[in-house]
Amino acid sequence: MRNEKSTEAIAHAIRSRVFEHTIRNNGGYLSQACSAAEQLAFLYNEGLNLGPSTMPMIPPPFTGVPSAQNPDYVTGAGYNGPFDAVHDRLFIAPAHYALVAYACLIEVGRMAPEGLEMFNKDGTSVEMIGAEHSPGMEVHNGTLGIGFSTAAGLAWGRKRLGHTGRVCVFMSDGEVQEGQTWEAVQAAAHHGIDNLWAIMDVNRQQCDGAMDDVMTVGDIATKLRDFGAVVAEVDAHDLPAMRAAAAIPHPGRPLIVLAHSRPTQGMESLMSRFPRLHYVRFKSDEERARMNVEIAAELGIAPVKLEAH
Amino acid sequence: MQMVNRPYAAAFEAYATQHPEVLCLSADLTSSCEIDGFRDRHPDQFLSLGMAEQNMLSFAGGLGLAGFRPFLHSFGVFLYRRPYDQLMASIAYPRRRVRLMGFLPGVTTPGGMTHQAIEDISVMRTIPNMTVLEAGDATEVESIVAEADTVDGPVYCRILRGAVPRLFDTPLKIGQMRVLSEGDDVLVVTAGITTEEAIRARGALSRAGVSVRHLHLNTLKPFDAAQIVAHASSVRHGVITLENHLVAGGIGSMVAEALAEAGLPRRLIRLGLQDTYAHGGSRPYLMRHYGMDALSLVRAVERLTGQTTGIDEAALEGVRIDAVHSLVKAEAL
Ligand SMILES: Cc1ncc(C[n+]2csc(CCOP(=O)(O)OP(=O)(O)O)c2C)c(N)n1
Repeated sequence: MRNEKSTEAIAHAIRSRVFEHTIRNNGGYLSQACSAAEQLAFLYNEGLNLGPSTMPMIPPPFTGVPSAQNPDYVTGAGYNGPFDAVHDRLFIAPAHYALVAYACLIEVGRMAPEGLEMFNKDGTSVEMIGAEHSPGMEVHNGTLGIGFSTAAGLAWGRKRLGHTGRVCVFMSDGEVQEGQTWEAVQAAAHHGIDNLWAIMDVNRQQCDGAMDDVMTVGDIATKLRDFGAVVAEVDAHDLPAMRAAAAIPHPGRPLIVLAHSRPTQGMESLMSRFPRLHYVRFKSDEERARMNVEIAAELGIAPVKLEAH
Repeated sequence: MQMVNRPYAAAFEAYATQHPEVLCLSADLTSSCEIDGFRDRHPDQFLSLGMAEQNMLSFAGGLGLAGFRPFLHSFGVFLYRRPYDQLMASIAYPRRRVRLMGFLPGVTTPGGMTHQAIEDISVMRTIPNMTVLEAGDATEVESIVAEADTVDGPVYCRILRGAVPRLFDTPLKIGQMRVLSEGDDVLVVTAGITTEEAIRARGALSRAGVSVRHLHLNTLKPFDAAQIVAHASSVRHGVITLENHLVAGGIGSMVAEALAEAGLPRRLIRLGLQDTYAHGGSRPYLMRHYGMDALSLVRAVERLTGQTTGIDEAALEGVRIDAVHSLVKAEAL
């Protein structure tokens, strides 16, 4: 489903919306919007074959976890369109990117802006760490490193069932530190699972700061190729390059697009916090006010009106 | 009530710097586990293992073999769910002196199912050779560091972070439960954050004429069954356990086993998560939603005694609400 808006415009709108949310709430996963805006905009706006959302524009309240006593349980998958033979599925493996993913759902017309007002509010499904029942989430992924495995299994199953729809995973580079990621690539290659692909946000950051300071992972592309994937490397903020990479044929193997990103893309003022970018919470009213003005100017939007307190 | 900011950070640094065989291990949650200052000031005693918990656990087993006593820091869930096999083979079986510091136990995290350690006590206590501790206030967080390190074998600790209330003025001692009140109508057994809830309920209950005997546990394994039975036998109506955990396998189960083995017939109500996962939300909301707060305890007392107390929400002192983004919180997830 293609939106009338350009992917570039959607990416910009994602950054603006996550920025506004973060300023208003004095905290948020803001640098993930900087690094991943184009990737998510690309997936939803053109990279994936998703049907129209089957869910209400305003997310329903939390209706309980899966159990035999809860027959009405639904996941957030419907926001990504109907689960049928022809449409693609998308997993957001690093579930802490949820804020960015929700903003993207709004920009592509799958969720109302009111949905984001529910973010992290008690009793809603719009959770801070995307849960299986959160909009656009299809399975639980908050424990990092399990997404690609689940996707490989789903893709294998869909192939067996004759589905033409593919399975895509949005991954984070921190996930390559988990051994399971490598087991997943190995299995996908071994079983020739080629209806499976991923875009990985290679921002070189993790909770503690720069990945090279926390746990060196070396050349991710070479390692992934050695484990059997077809790998493409692109500048995460270069949409034509991303389009070309996603179109690379990968018969008999999964495709993984490494999107080399900058954790402050579009919001250079955030560099003053480097390397503490994982979760942006302003240290003082002064910093918050300054960032509000500076980043808004960079984005070309008006600063957020803050209530006096 | 006095609130103490980041009690773990100061206590760990004070202790570890006096004990060079103690190592500080982290799995990419360094500031979330309040050891960022330690990392910056004592880099030689700090090992960054990245987001790779399975490796971290077996690695710690190796450090134990070399004579070190590693303190592993992460959210509780990440210390046992994925690396369970490593915990068994590399740490528990050979009785390595590895200290597992599990932050954000139970519903103290808004991170939902993947972040909430709701079955950690049940898992840990069934592992042979494990010691299981839980801190219930700032004093216990401060004293758990040195106390855990006295154990000749592995220890799992449930740790509270950020702004933590000070309820006690004596340190945590392994095996010594705290008798917080000595009533004779109902026995209430709590640990961790549920102790604060029970203290709130107790005030209202005593005004309503219910006499509560309240035990606070900080040592979940070894479990002092004899003392539990002695206290249970001195109350009229029965026992209520209130835990930040599933009722199966945790404190409710331990108390049930103790009563059954002693042949002491007492009614038992187990409050906590009832065979369900939780979801993401604030701690007060989750405690209310899943029946783990002071009001739920009052209602359970009414069921046990058969009397209504007239206690409602307003009669219980105000719940502390920490804004998710407030500055007293250590970090985000
Ligand atoms: C198995 C597991 N261990 C630890 C965590 C806690 N955690 C959340 S995000 C994260 C790392 C973030 O790095 P990355 O995935 O690259 O995300 P980014 O830096 O781009 O936000 C960690 C350690 C987790 N969610 N799952």
